[in-house]
Order: sequence, then structure tokens, then C-alpha cells
Amino acid sequence: MLVNQLMQQGYQCFGPGVENGAIVLHELATPDAIPRGLQAVQSPGRYQLTQDPEQRYFAWANGPQAIKPLAFAPTESLWRVARDATGTLQFAAVLPAAPKRALIGVRACDLAALALQDAHFLSAGARDAHYAQRRDALFLVAVQCAAPAATCFCASTGDGPTPTTGYDIALAELTDGFVAEAGSARGQQVVDALRLSPALAQHIDDARKQGEVAATAQTRRLPGRKLRDALMSQLEHPRWDAVAARCLACGNCTAVCPTCFCHAEVDQPALSGESSAHVREWDSCFGESHGHLHGFNVRPDIRSRYRQWLTHKLAGWHDQFGRSGCTGCGRCIAWCPVGIDLTEEVAALTAREAMP
Amino acid sequence: MNDAPDALDVGPPHAATVVTRTQESPTIFTLRLRLDDPAAQAAYRFAPGQFNMLYLYGVGEVPISIMSDPEERDGIGHTIRAIGRVTQGLAALQPGDRIGLRGPFGRGWPLQEMGGCDVVLVTGGLGCAPVVSVIHYVLRRRERFGKLVIIQGVKHAEDLIWREQYDRWAKLPNTQVLVAASEGGALWPWHVGRVTDLFSLARFNPKRAVAMMCGPEGMMRSAADSLLAHRLPESNLYLSMERNMQCAVGRCGHCQFGSAFICRDGPVFNWGTVKTLLGHRGF
Repeated sequence: MLVNQLMQQGYQCFGPGVENGAIVLHELATPDAIPRGLQAVQSPGRYQLTQDPEQRYFAWANGPQAIKPLAFAPTESLWRVARDATGTLQFAAVLPAAPKRALIGVRACDLAALALQDAHFLSAGARDAHYAQRRDALFLVAVQCAAPAATCFCASTGDGPTPTTGYDIALAELTDGFVAEAGSARGQQVVDALRLSPALAQHIDDARKQGEVAATAQTRRLPGRKLRDALMSQLEHPRWDAVAARCLACGNCTAVCPTCFCHAEVDQPALSGESSAHVREWDSCFGESHGHLHGFNVRPDIRSRYRQWLTHKLAGWHDQFGRSGCTGCGRCIAWCPVGIDLTEEVAALTAREAMP
Repeated sequence: MNDAPDALDVGPPHAATVVTRTQESPTIFTLRLRLDDPAAQAAYRFAPGQFNMLYLYGVGEVPISIMSDPEERDGIGHTIRAIGRVTQGLAALQPGDRIGLRGPFGRGWPLQEMGGCDVVLVTGGLGCAPVVSVIHYVLRRRERFGKLVIIQGVKHAEDLIWREQYDRWAKLPNTQVLVAASEGGALWPWHVGRVTDLFSLARFNPKRAVAMMCGPEGMMRSAADSLLAHRLPESNLYLSMERNMQCAVGRCGHCQFGSAFICRDGPVFNWGTVKTLLGHRGF
């Protein structure tokens, strides 16, 4: 019903679906295309689809991607240049077409991550036109996370499992239906158009309790704000060597991270030689080129790359964005091919801090 | 520090033409560029210490500091070492060839805060390029500053560019030029050894001096130790930093350094704000 309404309003609707063995947000062909009973078991280095016995729509915790690629495109042209026979260059900006898109089933951790991406790409006086174009076209339907994965720790970062801000409509899925709440004027307008019956106090209370249960079910946690100084005082800790011995520097963690914003700018000349596109694409601080500088590499080893990632995410972000860059989604844990667990590394790196 | 640019020039670049090309050393060359749009060229302003992104058609962009005199209106100078994919291509350009330019970016040297002070410039290798516009700036306003001490170090004697300029500056009143090469050579008139060997020869009043450094980080760390040991206040010590930069507007993430994106919040920093992290390899 909700998807139908959004489609009628001209939104291209994205919702959960299985792609390559994982649940991601993809375009819904029809209003009833959201599957029931999808679930996935996640643990360090592991992601396995299963069935939800209750056959709910949203009993899954986040798969590898959700909002990020739809606002910050994995690859896109920033500008093009044409060269004529005389060698004269003509530059022109390229802006993406950005259809109205409604994302159904986004989670609190990803809304918090989107707010961080907004802070980075839409900072005052420096709006990124490409990001803004896509971002402004997003209509966000959040769903309370009732079944967190073993890798989730949004409760400890303060970002979930119940969405509190940043959505147009928030849903809580209960055994006998949904509780919907508008979070914006346009969200309210959609809710009004649905002519829903008012939620009973019992339903609202059930939803609240469901969120509390989901929070206490989380076993992993990340310490709070003090992490910044704790990590920055451990820059030569032997644990960096230990994690570097396991880390493959594959960049999976940065690719699935909903807040990582690093991107490379590359040129793609046309075969004709008459034009070239200047393209930005997701980059990773685990890649060899990230720290490249004329003739040498600032971060030639995996130890310094893992340390770069972790200290930027959990320390540098406090200075740059006023909070940690981790929203507890746990993707970097599940999608790490060797199962490196960020919460475990942080605990080990900071455990000795109190010691003399 | 100087003001950041008014608007972020995220691209597309301005078309620009190579006006002159000067070979400075076997691998170092200077391109003087002019923006093809006369109005854009006339409006172009930069502060010493800022940089531009130079675009080589079909290959990519590189951040290059601006070495020309900020008062010059009809050209923008860049001194470049041919070392990577883009810079080796730029080295092949000839007058009349077209490239792209966007900028200026970043924050430059704290010229406003230098009034009345002795100015000490410590550079290594091609680190002289982001600082030479400071020399032009000071020489144009000589009465506003105290002593000018120019200290430049190179690995090999043949790496020293702008020899005639150093000779000329050395003859100016109230100006001291100290040059060192780790490896000298035939007819090398200056010191053989390290830049930091020269500090005992430098004559300036540390209490009323501002020092600016640009060069390899190891050199800058040693130079900072020497300058601070000479009782230069830490608040008067500045350096220009370098990291991989692809967007130049604090977005692409490559130049993140502690709380800063070097392209946007630097490249010039006060020593105190970066000294801790500079002590750790890998940031």
C-alpha cells in the first residue's frame, strides 16, 4: 500500500531484495515486490541467507549496501573535456540525472551514516553538486531493526536500533502489522494519503519494547567518545602489527562502510582521442595508491593503512564532524574475508591504556 | 593565516595555455600559464603558499604550488618535477599547448602576521617552490620586514635550481642566503652538508622572527628542532605539508591528517598543530 502510494507519486521505489546471495536495496518492479521471510545470519567474515520463521518483511539486519551508493555514487563523471584539432580544450560540468527515489527499509545506523555523509558532502558553503542532486531526491522510509545480527552494535554507538531522526516515514513491524510515523511534511502527506487507522497505545508500546529488546540483544559494543584520545595515544601499539598480519588490505570494509567517503578522481579518455571524462569513484585507504605521493608512499604497509582507517574513523571524525565515524552497522565485521572485528581490535588497542 | 579562497573551484577546470616553459634542472621545469578567458585571468588572485590543480588532457590532475609573484597579473607560474604520470606529461608541453587549471586552493603563508619580523625560510629540494613567492612578497615590501634569511638545501649540487636568483638575493641588504648540498660537486660555492648545519650561521632575532619551512618531512622535523632550540617561539613556526590530493576541496579523503584535510585546512600549518602526528610514520 505504501509502495503503491509512493509509486503513484512518481517515486522510483527501492526495497529489500536478494542480489548475489545478500539482501540489498534494489529497485522494486511492482508495489508487492518486497519479499517476506528474508533473514541473514552474520558473524565475523560470514553472511548467510536464512528464512525468518515469522515471515516478516523486515526481519533482516543490513546487508552489504543500502543508502550510500544511492547518494554517493560508486562511480560518476564530474566533468568532461573536448579537444579539437587545434588542441583547444573545452570543459563542461556533468551533472547526474536524479529521479525521485523512495528507499523502503532503511535502518537507523544508515540514517546516522547518511547524516555524516551529508555533513561531509553538503557542508556550509561547499555543497557537492553531484551528491546533493541525488540526496535531495531521496525519500526515506525507515524501519526499526527488530532482529539485529550478531555483528550489530548500533545501540552502543547511540544510533539504533530504533530510528529517531532523518527519515520521512518510520515503520515498526509488529506481528500483526506496522506502526507508521511521519518524520517530515512530505512523509506526513504520504501517511495521510494512506488513510491508516490510528495506532493503538498497545501497538506503540509493543514497538518501543521491540526496540529495547533489539538493543539488549546486541552483544558487541564500541566504547564512546573517549575513544579518540585512547586510540591516538596508542599509535605504536603492537596490536597494529597483529591486525596487519591478518588484514588482506582488500578494502571490503571501506566499500561496505556507510560513512567512508574517500574517492579517487581518474580520467577516462575516449578512444577517438577527442574527449575525456573526469570520473570520481569510491576509493579505499587500504589501497596502495591512497597514500601515493611523488615517488613514495606515505602508507607503504598494511599496518599503517589499517591504522589510518581506524584512527580516522574513530578519532579524526570527532574533530572533523563532531562525532565518531562509526554508526555500529557491523558490516566491516561481516564482510571482512578474514573476519577482523573492529570492536575486538578497539578493545585490544585501548585495553592497556589504563596501565602505566 | 590567509583567507581560504572565496569559492571552491571543484571543476571543471579553466582552459589555460602554456606561455613559457623553462628547464630548471634535468628533471625540474617551470610552466608559466595564462587562463584562456581574459576575464578569468584578470580576476585570478592567489596568496603565496596556495596551490592549483593542473590538468593534463586525458591523463589527470596534480596539485602544484604557485611560484610566481602574486602581483603578476598576466601569468601563473608552476615549478614541477617530472616524476609521475601527469608531471612527466606536463614536462613534454611546449608554449602554446593547452592544459586545464583550477584553483587556487588551501591556505597560504601567514604573511599578515609577519609584519616587522625577521623572516626565515627553510626549504629542501623543490620545497623552495611554494616559498619563492614569499621571497617576492617580502622583497616588494622590504620596509615592512626585518632580516630575510633564505636557507635552501638539496641532495646533490645539480638539484639546485634558481642559482642566479640565490646569488642575486645574497647581494641584497639585510638578506642572507645559505645553501647546502649533501653532495657537493665541482665549483660548488656553498656548504656541503645538511640544511640544519646552516642554522648556526643564520643571523636573525628568534624572538622577533617568523620561520617557514617546506621540504621533506625529516628535514622539517630537524629544522624545527634547531629553530626551537634557537628559542624561536613555536607559534612563529610554520610549514607547508604535502599528501596525495585529488579533489583539492577537502572531499576525496586522501590528504586527511588528524583533524585536517591538508588541501583545505593547509597546506600551510602552524608547527604546533601538526607536530605530534608528524612524529609517526604513516599519516
